[in-house]
Amino acid sequence: MMREPTDLPAAHPARMSTAKIFGVGNAGVGLLAAINGEDFAGAAFAAVNTDAASLAASSAALKIQLENRLLRGMGTGGDPERGRAMAEEQFATLKSACEGAEVIFIVAGLGGGAGSGISPVLARAAKETGALVLAFVTLPFGCEGNRRQQQAQQSLQQLKSVADGVVCLPCQKTFKLIDENTSVLDTFRITGDLLVEGVRGVWRLLTRPGLIQIHFADLCTLLRDRHSESAFASVEASGPARSREVVEKLLSHPLLDEGRALAESDAVLVSLMGGKDMTMAEVGRVMEQISRHCERAQIIMGAAVDETLKTRLSVTIIAAKQSSPMPAAESPAGAPSPALESDLAEPTAARGSGRSASRCFPATGSLTPEQREQVIARRGRKGAAKMRQAQLPLAIISKGRFDKSEPTIHKGEDLDIPTYIRRGVALN
Amino acid sequence: MFDDSSIIVGLEIGTSKVCAVVGERGADGTLNVIGLGQSRSRGVRKGEVADTTQAEEDVRNAIVEAEQMADVEIRNVYLGVTGGHIRGFNNRGVHPVVSADREISEDDVQDVIKNAKAINLPTENNVVHAIRQHFFVDGQDGVTNPVGMLGSRLEVDVHVVHGNTNRLQNAIRLVKGLQLEVDEIVFNGLASSLALLTGDQKELGALVIDIGGGTTDYVVYAGGVIRHTGVLAIGGDHVSNDLAYGLKVPLSRAEKLKLEHGSALLNEETRGRNVTVTNELGLPLKTVNVEHLQRIMSLRLEEIFQLVAQDLEQAGLFDYLRAGVFLCGGGARIPQIAKLAEHVLQMPVSLGQTNSVSGLKSALDQPEFVTAIGLVKFGSFKTRKREGKTSLTEGIKGAFGRFWHRP
Repeated sequence: MMREPTDLPAAHPARMSTAKIFGVGNAGVGLLAAINGEDFAGAAFAAVNTDAASLAASSAALKIQLENRLLRGMGTGGDPERGRAMAEEQFATLKSACEGAEVIFIVAGLGGGAGSGISPVLARAAKETGALVLAFVTLPFGCEGNRRQQQAQQSLQQLKSVADGVVCLPCQKTFKLIDENTSVLDTFRITGDLLVEGVRGVWRLLTRPGLIQIHFADLCTLLRDRHSESAFASVEASGPARSREVVEKLLSHPLLDEGRALAESDAVLVSLMGGKDMTMAEVGRVMEQISRHCERAQIIMGAAVDETLKTRLSVTIIAAKQSSPMPAAESPAGAPSPALESDLAEPTAARGSGRSASRCFPATGSLTPEQREQVIARRGRKGAAKMRQAQLPLAIISKGRFDKSEPTIHKGEDLDIPTYIRRGVALN
Repeated sequence: MFDDSSIIVGLEIGTSKVCAVVGERGADGTLNVIGLGQSRSRGVRKGEVADTTQAEEDVRNAIVEAEQMADVEIRNVYLGVTGGHIRGFNNRGVHPVVSADREISEDDVQDVIKNAKAINLPTENNVVHAIRQHFFVDGQDGVTNPVGMLGSRLEVDVHVVHGNTNRLQNAIRLVKGLQLEVDEIVFNGLASSLALLTGDQKELGALVIDIGGGTTDYVVYAGGVIRHTGVLAIGGDHVSNDLAYGLKVPLSRAEKLKLEHGSALLNEETRGRNVTVTNELGLPLKTVNVEHLQRIMSLRLEEIFQLVAQDLEQAGLFDYLRAGVFLCGGGARIPQIAKLAEHVLQMPVSLGQTNSVSGLKSALDQPEFVTAIGLVKFGSFKTRKREGKTSLTEGIKGAFGRFWHRP
């Protein structure tokens, strides 16, 4: 069911002919309200949800309620499959809502039913209209439980396979930003603000007249195919030493793991935004500092003038890194484990039939052993396959005389294992 | 026959051997090694006791041998400790000088050192050493003895070596179980550096790497004081283990191959050469390629030096090492090891020689005994200090003694 919008805003900035921002699910619709400010003049807003109450509260111009008789307006009950089935059912509606936009932003909180289920389908619908799709999503807090984490991960993978770019914010990371006494309400507000900050940063990047322009294509190359989270941070500073201050703030930013994310990333997009008084020297200084911290990375930079910033200098950074071999070591908080290539790769065949509940697993041949193990483990957990054959690792590396002693771990490497094996030196 | 106080015993319970060195301190302060006892160690892994019964037996054997050789009865020992749990860091203590005339007194110095030692360690950890580095008087650097100087604020840098209490206690309890008193525990790396470095070298800045059986201990001196200590729980055992795994031979054979054909660098002439490994009965078991053997070894040793280099780089100490690097421990026997270390560390590397100790030639020239000799040297410094300090009580005791013995 779709309530037609009364009118779409017609005025757009010069560079961005048409953009639509979709809020999906309860979290997404809530975030939309925060985004729907003056900064985003020229964008059309649309709210998509299964829950009637949240839509009623939204101020978006276009509201799409996905519903069928089974749900009776009660939402998806946290099951992404339902959200997804519903979205597939209303695929045509979603597609027509995306019609006419060149760039589509999807804002959603993954982990629940609607956000995780609908977002990938919406992204696909948008893609089919020929628009560029950029998704901004949050991953659930660690305390929300394993199930939500898994759902979020699956959804993230699906989104990545469809959207042109995915920027994701694991909520768990925001714990570093808040102190013990922060209320739950504030915590959610802060995570919301962070995401909005990211959307705003990218928005500015694309819409404001650039001295050094960043094209959407740049952004997409950066975010596409990086099968892991992309970290982003946005900081501002003013005053005479603002260029130094922003760099300091960036390097101590918790979302960048105190700058470690920069060192690990292999592609970084930097957008500098300042008032009219921004100098080239400042741009140079900031870039020099940043590039020193991410030597391995390919850096895309842009600078633009936004008069509303007055004397402030604002820097937005998006750092993407390739999936790492040791997810457990890098994100102990249980946040994203990278790239399960396609545990639930978009079942395009099922599209339109309205039933996508059937799970299709990819041929495991194309996966690395670890991924295969993960798939197997996941299948087992879900009880989808009761019979489960154990898989032994191909080579058992014995630690010989150190088998029973305390392992010597140095920077996550077990030094008891022969060096030549760890370094992959072949004998012969 | 000997005055007890002049006998100093260093005991090192190592991963590959237990070694006790008996030293005698002459009246003029010279140190003479008069006895040495050693036995193969079977109850130690990575520098820490893993099997108490066996380790106890090995320690007893070593002590007995040393007693026989030196013809003394050993009652006290300076015990060397090491292990992956041991860490070193630098800490600064501050103390305001409150006396009216702002003259720094001996008490102020004691207080500031006490402050510097009061550090936030995890509850299960214990300080092994807190070594004074430099004093600062009102921020002025490089003061070695501030007593008598004027100032309002006295600071001191100390280097603190600490380790897990229980794991340190394991070794101490073992020795005490043999009716021996532990005078003090000493970090092995510190002991080795004491034995090897001269005052000049400490002043210039030097790195001592002690490659033992289970651990690699290293100590950095610069400006005459200890600046950095570290332990890597990797040693010769790892080399043997790598060889056993890579060449698919039993560990005991691997050990033997390491000693016979090992090298820290690949030798040109061994390219393509094979050796035959025999079993206990002398029957051929397997042929192994010497090139593989040396490559496996070389990679492991190279990694050890790289890890040390990384640590020093992090501590920012590379530029201070003007006297170079000194190697000791059983690992220093590996052919071409100095060359490999030079290659990795990019500075002159030499095998360490014990100095200012005389006595048994057989002990002094062996790199394995450096730590134990260093323990004796540490003990001699301590007793010298103690003598200086307790002279007053000693005097009183002497007076009383005379009183009692009066006919």
